[in-house]
This record gives sequence, C-alpha cells and structure tokens, in this order.
Amino acid sequence: MAWVTHLVAIRDNQDQSAFAEVFAHFAPRVKAFLMKSGANPDLAEDVSQDVMATLWRKAHMFDPSKANVSTWIFTIARNRRIDVLRKQRRPEPEDLTWGPEAEPDQEDVLALQQESAQLGEAIAALPDKQRELIVRAYYAELTHSEIADATGLPLGTIKSRIRLALDRLRHQLK
Amino acid sequence: MMNDITHHLTDALLIAYSAGSLPEGFNLVVATHISMCDECRARMHEFDAVGGAVMEAEPPMGLSDGSFAATLAKIANTPKVEAAAPKAKSDLPVPLQDYVGGGLADIKWCKVGGGVRQAILKTDKSASVRLLHIPAGAQMPDHGHRGMELTLVLQGAFKDETDRFGAGDIEVASEDDHHQPVAEEGQDCICLAATDAPLRFNGWIPRIAQPFLRI
Repeated sequence: MAWVTHLVAIRDNQDQSAFAEVFAHFAPRVKAFLMKSGANPDLAEDVSQDVMATLWRKAHMFDPSKANVSTWIFTIARNRRIDVLRKQRRPEPEDLTWGPEAEPDQEDVLALQQESAQLGEAIAALPDKQRELIVRAYYAELTHSEIADATGLPLGTIKSRIRLALDRLRHQLK
Repeated sequence: MMNDITHHLTDALLIAYSAGSLPEGFNLVVATHISMCDECRARMHEFDAVGGAVMEAEPPMGLSDGSFAATLAKIANTPKVEAAAPKAKSDLPVPLQDYVGGGLADIKWCKVGGGVRQAILKTDKSASVRLLHIPAGAQMPDHGHRGMELTLVLQGAFKDETDRFGAGDIEVASEDDHHQPVAEEGQDCICLAATDAPLRFNGWIPRIAQPFLRI
C-alpha cells in the first residue's frame, strides 16, 4: 500500500513525520518533472512546494480507490503547471456521486495499488525509444497531433491496464 | 451517465488531456465528454496513472536546504481546502456550466443563418469553442477543416454520410474529413464544438463574414 497509509496519517492526524517522508520522496521528483516540462530550477522548486502544500491541504479529498498517491500528486503538479506555465484554465470533469458509501472498498484500493505498480514496471521495461515517446508526451513536449501521428507509441502496454480500470469502475457504480 | 455512447475520445486526445498539452477549448470538450461517459472517465484515470508512473520514475532533482520548512510555512499561511459543495442540478455538465454561467437557458445565442444559432465561449486563443443549436432536420454548414475539430452532442443527434452521433457522442474530425452533417428529425441538436483553426465554409456564409462571426 505504497504511501496510502502516509496519506491517511496526514489526513486523519496531521502527521508531520509522514508528510516529511512523502515530501522527501516526491518533491524532488515533482521538481525534476517540472524542469523537464520547461520550468527553470527556481520556479520548479517553488511550484513543487506548492504541490506538496496542496497535498497536505487536500489530503481529506484523496480517494485511494480512484488514484494511487503518485497519480494524485501528478495530477496536482500537472494542473499547477498549466496554471503557472501556460496561464490557462483547466476544465475538469464533473465528479461522480458515489452514493451513500463514502468509505472506499479496501479490495479496490489494493487492486489499484497493484495495477499501478505493474503499470510502472511495464513502462520501465519498455524499449528506450517507446518509453521516450511516452515520457515526452507527459512533459507536454508533443502536441496532440504529434501523439496521434506517433508510430511505436506502446499503447498496448497501457491498454491492458485500462481494461482493469474499467472493470473496477463498473464494479463501483453498481 | 449515459450508456449508449458509441463515439469516444481517441487515445491521443486522452493522453494530451492527461499530459495537459491540449488547448483550453479542447480541454473543455474533453472534460464535458468525460462527464457524460464512464468509459472515457476510466480511460482518463488510467492515463493519469501513466503520468504518475512517469513522474515517479524521474531521477530526483535536489531541493534547496530550506525547502521543507518553506513548504510548512506555505501550509501555515493558507486555509484548508474544503471539498466544493455539490452544484445545483443543471441540464449541462459541470465543466460547461462554468463557461456558460448556468444551464441551457442561460446560453446567449446569436443567429448565424440557416436557422442555426451559436454561442462562442471565452477561452484562450489556442482554440475556439462554441455551442451550436441546429433545428431538427436542418443541415449543418458544409465545411472543410483546417486543423482539427471536436464536436460533442449535448442534445438531439446529427448524421453525416457514414455515422450517427447522439447525445454524449464525440466526433473527432481531422483536416481530411469533408462532410455535410444533418440534424436528426424530432429534436433540435445542440453541440459543443472546438477547433484549433478557423473553419472554411463552402458557400454557406461568405468568407468575408468569418472574422466578424469569430468562427
């Protein structure tokens, strides 16, 4: 349950030592990600601090059955990048209403952690050229049409995971 | 939630949405479709997970010594974020409500000829996005595209030579597509359309009027 227990400790007990560990692991990676996406080192560090501060403040909104911790931090960092670097609004989809049961199903949480770990391993195992394409797309170096035209984008690797996410969503919506 | 959506977002659009590299107008159409389509919502979560994996695999970049303390200070200086209160029931998906300033009744339509009405939504200039209201049975403008156009059906349906697009369906049209869609009989068709280049109309509106209509 990588990092989920940390987030729960931050959410429920404002646990600063759990936050320090999350910070030590993720903040330098967020900074690296932002620099690769075009931010200079000072801005990247400042925005990384904002991202981690947002994580603390929004910890009560974290739902471990919908996203694992690295996914959630990525979405915060991406939105902040759009805001700061591109000065754009970011329309977000409507939140689903999950009905009366607010507490996420532990089975779903566990399944998501496993799938995320497998996804990370699958991407790491890709041939360099294919991994490079994915990474450049997420640094926002590729436009939409460049992504659409790219040959050798390893979507099969990603899509095998997508099937699982779909099944889980259908299960949740029952 | 709709279960009969047959035309979905492409992988490339979902990746670009997840990566945050789409123009704002395209983001709006994508976010609105996802609000209506569970399948694309699940795919979005998956592509976000790819982003998380990419970010986590980064070789860490050292932070300055005072960085953690600076972050704690930022936290101390800002209030806790409360979950947003659920919005009032509306006949438009949430992302669109923010741009329209309410529901269907609040859209400020302008006539553009042929019974068609449109309302341009304000976004940054990298793409233009508008709502279209086409009377049932009426022809949509015959246009070719430069760049790319996304058309999401909010109400009613339209058909072109090969396909039918009903509520929730999204058409992803590229430069090579040249089509003449018609709104289905029975109900007026309302669409959300975004393009990253000015449309090229063939005889429907004089070319000279285009700059004034901002289409």
